[in-house]
Amino acid sequence: MFSRAYRTAITVPPLAWVAVFLLVPYLLMFCYSFWSVTPSQEIVHSWNFGNYQDLITKSLYWETLLRSMWIAFRVTIFSLLLGYPLAYFLSFHAGGRKDLYYQLVIIPLWVSYLVRAYAWKTILGTDGVLNTLLQYAHLTRHPLEFLLYSPFAVVLTLTHIYTPFTFLPIYASLEHIPRNLVEASHDLGAPPRQTFWRVIFPLSIPGVLAGATFAFVLSLGDFLAPLLLGGPSGIMISNIVVTLFGAAYQWPMGAAISFCMLLLVIALLFVSERLEKKWSFS
Amino acid sequence: MSHAAERSSRWLTIHALIVFAFLYLPIAVLVLYSFNGEGVGGFPPHNLTLNWYRTLFDDAPIWDSVLNSLTVAFAAMAISLAFGIPAALALDRAQFPGKAIFRRLVLLPLILPGIITGLSLLMLFREATVRLSLVTVMLGHGTALISVATTEVFAGLQKLDRRQEEASLDLGANYWQTFWRITVPNLKLSIIGAALLIFTLSMDEIAVSFFLIGRNNTLPLEIWGRLRRGITPEINAISTIIFVFSLIAIVFWYRLRVRAEGAPEVGAELIESAIPECT
Repeated sequence: MFSRAYRTAITVPPLAWVAVFLLVPYLLMFCYSFWSVTPSQEIVHSWNFGNYQDLITKSLYWETLLRSMWIAFRVTIFSLLLGYPLAYFLSFHAGGRKDLYYQLVIIPLWVSYLVRAYAWKTILGTDGVLNTLLQYAHLTRHPLEFLLYSPFAVVLTLTHIYTPFTFLPIYASLEHIPRNLVEASHDLGAPPRQTFWRVIFPLSIPGVLAGATFAFVLSLGDFLAPLLLGGPSGIMISNIVVTLFGAAYQWPMGAAISFCMLLLVIALLFVSERLEKKWSFS
Repeated sequence: MSHAAERSSRWLTIHALIVFAFLYLPIAVLVLYSFNGEGVGGFPPHNLTLNWYRTLFDDAPIWDSVLNSLTVAFAAMAISLAFGIPAALALDRAQFPGKAIFRRLVLLPLILPGIITGLSLLMLFREATVRLSLVTVMLGHGTALISVATTEVFAGLQKLDRRQEEASLDLGANYWQTFWRITVPNLKLSIIGAALLIFTLSMDEIAVSFFLIGRNNTLPLEIWGRLRRGITPEINAISTIIFVFSLIAIVFWYRLRVRAEGAPEVGAELIESAIPECT
């Protein structure tokens, strides 16, 4: 029913914009990753694998990448442990208050990321809210130093940020489960625990995968929480990229790391899509 | 209800309470300490005061950055709607080579860490010798948030009755008239919802802005700069004000979405579309 002219009019402008502002920049990042910088800080377009070799051989790079993945993994697990039971509670036990609770979960999403990370800093610091509270209550005599400027602080803050994000798709997948399946399981005599593990949980796996992918990828690429709360031991891979693009002026090396992160994200999306397809029942 | 079910229900309630406490603790601390006379930290808070709000209102650089952020947010909204609405229409009703790749590319910034979007655009602007300014930030936000506009409008299109557009075309209206008089009014709720979401996300965006900013700061970058120098309750005061505005925006957005979708699982579609095979 739509004419050729109409289809061209709706297709060409977004296609052109996406090509110029998304596709070309990614390709440019790919090109940069093979270039190098002279001692006089000029970027030379000589093509070689030097940056990728450094990425594999220099422990600073790959160790930080692994540590970032370990941090992102913990954030993912904790977000799921907090988000899944909450989603289950809302979907199956909240009754008429479902709507209110749902709004309560998504409100924190709208509070500035930076501001929430900063609030954790004021809570965890040596003169922070938590330490002064513990001393006020005579539970500790000296401030607990490990709270701030540690991977612990980064994991805690990122878990706080990404729990609502993992909650959303899990809740959506639980809401999509036909209730008569659950009733059938009850009627056939399955105890609640069995109904959960044999019926409800398998059907919610696509939501779990979506939430986990989201939390993992976004916390892997974060550089603000580590800068604000991580201290030297909480440095993540994106902090290194920021330095390479800033004071160190090593754009090609930074581009090589960023491009690897881009590939990692695409690979993860691919795997998670495959798994979701396998587990979705429709 | 059986004994076991009652017990598990109680545990779930306790768990939910803990998670809510965890989600709201920083926000409560933030608001509380914006009134604390002694600065940030220290328990219990005492000498409640409005001084930090007074300092804030006299702080010209903060208000300049608020103005910059508003400008960027409106521009980002215009760009992402101008290209996101046609992108959603194209995904819905046009066939062209590379459509699957196009869809993935448009939606990729939804799930890509901001640092990658920011850096790749930084390289583009360097190669094109474009000077960094608020305009480059607008282009960055606009590009990243096309994904949001596309997702929201595409969801709206799935519910649109195409026969109305057919009737309009049959009755002699041209495509332009049909678009403005039938398609857009029918997508009104989706478009307003997307606009609101884009506006809020842009106001809060920091990772992309971080790399594309010129001399004039946006509000999050101004806050960031001050946080690095040390913490002051003035930041709590501005954050509390932002929180109140976000709260108004979200209640409004939520109502809109429930009216458009009828289902209370709004927001999930953004994450689901970032990972296309999810639904």
